[in-house]
Amino acid sequence: MRARVPAVASAAAVAVVLALLPFGMSGYHQALGAKVATFFIAILGLDILTGYTGQISIGHGAFMAIGGYTTAVLSRDHHTNLVLTMLVAFAVCFVCGLLVGLPALRLSGVYLALATFALAVSVPQIPLKFSTYLGGSGGVQSSRTVSHLWLYGVSWAAAAILFVLAWLILRGRTGRAFRAIRDSEVAAVSSGVKLPVYKTLAFGISAAFAGVAGSLYVLGTNGFAQPSEFGIILSLQILIGAAVAGLGSLWGVLVGAVFVGLLPEISSSVPLIGSAHGQDVVFGLLVILVMVVLPTGVAGLFQRLRRLRAPT
Amino acid sequence: MVELARKLALPERRLPASPVLVVLLGSCVFLVIGCLQSTIFAQQTVAGLAQGAVYGSLALALVLIYRATEVINFAQGEMAMASVYIAYQLIQWGFSYWEAFAVTLAVAFVLGIAIQVAVIRPVQHKSVIAVVIVTVGLFILIDGLVNWKWGGAIRFMPAPFGGRVYHAGGVAFARQDLGTLVVTIASVMLLWALFQFTKLGLGMRAAALRPAAASLVGVRVNRMLAVGWGLAAVLGAVAGLMAEPSQFVLQPTLMQPILLYAFAAAVLGGLESPAGAVVGGLALGIFLNLIGQYVHFVTSELRLPFAFAVLLAVLLVKPTGLFGHGKVRKV
Amino acid sequence: MTALLELEDVHARYGPVRALHGVSLTVGEGEIVALLGANGAGKTTTLRAISGTVRRDGTIRFAGRALDGGADGAARRGIAHVPEGRGTFAEMTVWENLRLGAYTRRGALKDDFARVRSYFPWLEDRRGQQAGTLSGGEQQMLALARAFMQRPRLVLLDEPSLGLAPLLVTEIFRIVKELNEREGMTALVVEQNAHIALQAASSAYVLEVGRVALSGPSEELQAHESVRRSYLGY
Repeated sequence: MRARVPAVASAAAVAVVLALLPFGMSGYHQALGAKVATFFIAILGLDILTGYTGQISIGHGAFMAIGGYTTAVLSRDHHTNLVLTMLVAFAVCFVCGLLVGLPALRLSGVYLALATFALAVSVPQIPLKFSTYLGGSGGVQSSRTVSHLWLYGVSWAAAAILFVLAWLILRGRTGRAFRAIRDSEVAAVSSGVKLPVYKTLAFGISAAFAGVAGSLYVLGTNGFAQPSEFGIILSLQILIGAAVAGLGSLWGVLVGAVFVGLLPEISSSVPLIGSAHGQDVVFGLLVILVMVVLPTGVAGLFQRLRRLRAPT
Repeated sequence: MVELARKLALPERRLPASPVLVVLLGSCVFLVIGCLQSTIFAQQTVAGLAQGAVYGSLALALVLIYRATEVINFAQGEMAMASVYIAYQLIQWGFSYWEAFAVTLAVAFVLGIAIQVAVIRPVQHKSVIAVVIVTVGLFILIDGLVNWKWGGAIRFMPAPFGGRVYHAGGVAFARQDLGTLVVTIASVMLLWALFQFTKLGLGMRAAALRPAAASLVGVRVNRMLAVGWGLAAVLGAVAGLMAEPSQFVLQPTLMQPILLYAFAAAVLGGLESPAGAVVGGLALGIFLNLIGQYVHFVTSELRLPFAFAVLLAVLLVKPTGLFGHGKVRKV
Repeated sequence: MTALLELEDVHARYGPVRALHGVSLTVGEGEIVALLGANGAGKTTTLRAISGTVRRDGTIRFAGRALDGGADGAARRGIAHVPEGRGTFAEMTVWENLRLGAYTRRGALKDDFARVRSYFPWLEDRRGQQAGTLSGGEQQMLALARAFMQRPRLVLLDEPSLGLAPLLVTEIFRIVKELNEREGMTALVVEQNAHIALQAASSAYVLEVGRVALSGPSEELQAHESVRRSYLGY
């Protein structure tokens, strides 16, 4: 594909910039950068599920919660190496994703969206009920906290690894199967694609990514996992990020992550806006504007530009 | 039943399937018996009915918009909350409660139309995801605006029905609960009458069911959608105004849990069915209250997840809900 | 005879695909005009161009004034389009479908309902029946009744005979002729059944691949060599 060379080149350029960035920044900005990476991973996961197999999920906050709590609990109880906890979170959430994906096979469209929404609301409440082990509303504190620079490095390293992983998965047979499912389930089945296998697999992969994001999210809040961190707003933020990125393509994900991760912070420092609530007003307005102007997201814009440059 | 349906020119198919009717009738019988047996049961049922009426109103608003546009309006709760704040402001400026109530409904209607025209219409033909995201953006925007203007501090509104409690047969009935029931049921009935008997209602139904065919007979589909949003906003405002007294204070998070219960109620009743939304709301209200009273595992923190457990159960067993008909297609 | 509907050099397309390549035709007041042609010739597209449900270029004049805007505008000007599939609101009752037919009308509808009942007496008993449960022939007649409730100046009928048994087809066209003669209802009828269409219509146009290939009074076309061979089968 001719498009591959400029794509790889620009990805490499972005990677270099990201690698050099933290050395000029304050701890606060490094933490912000890590937050963007966290969103990047979560949005990547959601894109695989919703963008590539067309299964809508507003529940990824739940998987993030599972991943985050995994990290916090393992660290608190077993003093596990933090990166190792992320791997465990990946595995645990992969299984959880499969478990969710199985009954999800029976649902589609708005029904699936509502079912995942239900998950997003309910799962964070579980620690409240099982408070002895999971800390209740007080939360769970990991045994170690990390520096901003460490977090930035690990977050973006994880983001890079997972991005490559996603790219490898999506360009192969699995990716083709996913795309076939999104475009027409009936056609996919008649071409021999085993729907249950691939749809569940997509859920699993997607959840695993969100799990890692959850771990990083918890580490970003001083290693403290508590239910209020994983409210429905988080799932909605990931969904917004994925929509802004443009579903069904990997290249807009960075823009989506920046939009959701950075914009609220930046707008609160603009003098006219002032308070945190002003930032919500701006963010809400921008979300609406972006959707009106770019309903297919940034990736859609890229596609249109590419078509303009190479008319056939 | 069929004869009645024919007289009202309702298609027979609109009545729910017989097993569902049996379950509903059975539940009603069960509730009546329970109320007669135990005063606590009766109290929880009435309180549950009132809460359920609020859930049902908001659920009805959601279903109205969903039926017309296949979109779930995530901002419905916040729109309702903003309406309550508008009422609050009117009362601060000297209006009486019921004057403020009426003006608020009118304002909500206009705002609902304005939102549809300004924000939804540009995206409605592009993609469903885009419209849903726009409603999420609206959620955030309205929440931010209310917090900005009035702040997050709690406020107090006069109670529309006062605090009197009636006693009948050893059961305590709060006047507020009864009033809530009357107001919400009345607004739902008015809406039903609008849809069933007026030309506007006919046009709106036609536009929601078959927009292309509706255009051909002269229905201005876009206008009908806008009016639909206006009416949904009014329903939301009613739900909000009736919800506020039971929470005693007014704060920006007023409608957030109620929106979630409304989702559960709408799914329970069937996303395509207005009647289902109302019945689903009432049923959910009663059910949650009774479960909370009699099943000790379900503490107050688990109330919301329990409602969502109901939602999930419905989605897994009969996704189209109690009153729904269509089959969720499977490959 | 005054021209009620005039199409001049109308082009229409579905996205990048051109369906009409310059169609011109005229329908006079009080006439029944047939629009014939094979599948894909552009007959349905022509009707859609008139009622404003497809993008088009060219001039369309209705009662002397240009016809622009969307489908609801055409209905308000007095054009009733009964599309392929009849445009029935299957989820609503027969009664509600009729009321919808009269959507653009103001004032009392009692007389119109009485008139409709006189042409379609069986509708009275079926008022509360869900329209989707009617048979094909009944739905077609309901569609006609609905169009008639609108008191349109022009009715566009898309393949009224589609899927119906011959007896029903004859009945439908008999009613169309009666409505035309007694109520002065002008009609442009798209049909694949050229035989019956030419019997009912006073003149006809034959479309081929998006263009008018032939036109003229029905008798002429019925005798025309190529029409006979291609569309009448003898």
